[in-house]
Amino acid sequence: MLADLFALDSFFARAVVAGIGVALIAGPLGCFVIWRRLAYFGDTLSHAALLGVALAFLLEINITLAVFITSVLISISLLMLQKRATLSSDAVLGLLSHSSLALGLVVLALMVWIRIDLMSLLLGDILAVSKADIDVIYIGGAAVLVMLALIWRPLFAATVNRELAEAEGMNPNRANIIFMVLLAIMIAIAMKIVGVLLITAMLIIPAATARRFSAGPEQMAVLAALIGVLAVLFGLFGSRTWDTQSGPSIVLASFFLFLVSLTPLASWLTARRQRRNPKEMSS
Amino acid sequence: MTPLITLQNAGIQRDGLWPVRGVDLAVNPGEIVTLIGPNGSGKSTTAKMALGILKPDEGTASRRPGLQVGYVPQKIFIDWTLPLTVERFMQLTGKLTPSECQSALEATGIAHLSRAEMRHLSGGEFQRALLARAITRKPELLVLDEPVQGVDFSGEIALYDLIKRIRDELGCGMLLISHDLHLVMAATDRVICLNGHICCQGSPKAVASSVEYQDLFGVRADPALAIYKHRHDHTHLPDGTVSHADGTVTDNCHPGDGHHHSDGATEKVIPDAR
Repeated sequence: MLADLFALDSFFARAVVAGIGVALIAGPLGCFVIWRRLAYFGDTLSHAALLGVALAFLLEINITLAVFITSVLISISLLMLQKRATLSSDAVLGLLSHSSLALGLVVLALMVWIRIDLMSLLLGDILAVSKADIDVIYIGGAAVLVMLALIWRPLFAATVNRELAEAEGMNPNRANIIFMVLLAIMIAIAMKIVGVLLITAMLIIPAATARRFSAGPEQMAVLAALIGVLAVLFGLFGSRTWDTQSGPSIVLASFFLFLVSLTPLASWLTARRQRRNPKEMSS
Repeated sequence: MTPLITLQNAGIQRDGLWPVRGVDLAVNPGEIVTLIGPNGSGKSTTAKMALGILKPDEGTASRRPGLQVGYVPQKIFIDWTLPLTVERFMQLTGKLTPSECQSALEATGIAHLSRAEMRHLSGGEFQRALLARAITRKPELLVLDEPVQGVDFSGEIALYDLIKRIRDELGCGMLLISHDLHLVMAATDRVICLNGHICCQGSPKAVASSVEYQDLFGVRADPALAIYKHRHDHTHLPDGTVSHADGTVTDNCHPGDGHHHSDGATEKVIPDAR
């Protein structure tokens, strides 16, 4: 089993390795998504990913690249629409989210010469993960995490209070734009594993679960990544055992972990760690 | 001496109206300038222009190159989703050694709260944490937007005392905002009264702010030292127009429109409080 994992020969081993990679990126990014109340924004970006897939087939370009470009374009148009502010921002998000999803579905349906497994785009497909996909996830993911570490302080300061960050010379606008790009990359590379409908869940649920065990933002980001990895493992093994789709299984597993975090177990663990090592809580 | 920040004829336009306009303002090193005025008079907007958060739509705002700023904003809301201890909050915009962090918290009297979550602090403790964070930056300019809000009366006195001590120790310039016309801190060098524009400005009497005077008369605990009485001769109506004492109504409120202050002066020196 373990040898299989390292050889990446079985589709299942590839799925596990790819899923772990996605979880490691999604955790820290997901923390910012919930801190900044961007859940619906993430949903919009991932729905737009389907449009990106359709465009990739239409223009015959790389799918990951097309999804990334579409996400970035949607982010920019969101920022511009929000500045106009004629509609509330959740209405603007809903408008763009469902319009781009619908447009993606219609364009895919119109391309009758291409046979696409729509369910695998929407819900993820472990069978589809190739060694090249794993390379993309780990190289892209490493780049995302390094970038996030570099902008961590200004981005976090801007999350707490944008004006304070700006007044003290942290350049929050640059950090915000870089964060949007990182989110777009994450969506482009995670799409194959969990599908466009459920990417937001990978961002939000592990981060929300980590909150109950965390005393600081950095700790929460690391815990969210680890909880995401656990969810991927449980979800994929469950999906193999019961022959269910990979995306929904992973999301269900992370929801299960979230429910566990609501039980007294969370406060018991936190209290125990605090007693053992009071210093750790402040780091 | 180059001022730390300078506003020249600066104004901000929103939806065709000018919430604040025609502001000339400079803060010199070691000087405390206080902005006072009623709600909506443009105090925070003016401070944000000075800080570079807002770009003036008219006039100019300039800061000395490389100016080290500490900012205490009016409101910070910490969401439950954000695990943030006082200690981590202190390092929001720059890394600190534990001893730097601890000494700033000691100076503001909340050293015992370094591990507490920001959400759990009381109004006064929160303001002290904001102040502590701002001073760890060793700022050349400290901008304090309503630093005593949500603090009870005796707490206000203690906080104003603390603010003055910070200025004395850091030697920084300060831009201080208060909506309270009666309570302008004793150490203020210059008071600027805003009401959509600068109505008047002046120094609370030099003697009254001197340490000798305060020691002699024992008024250290009297925050109402620099009482400033001032009657606004015009009212800003809800539709953005301005009703003046002489009964006229104009679209804008600008020193140049000639309706302010029956003597025609656009600036008045604040009368001595005592």
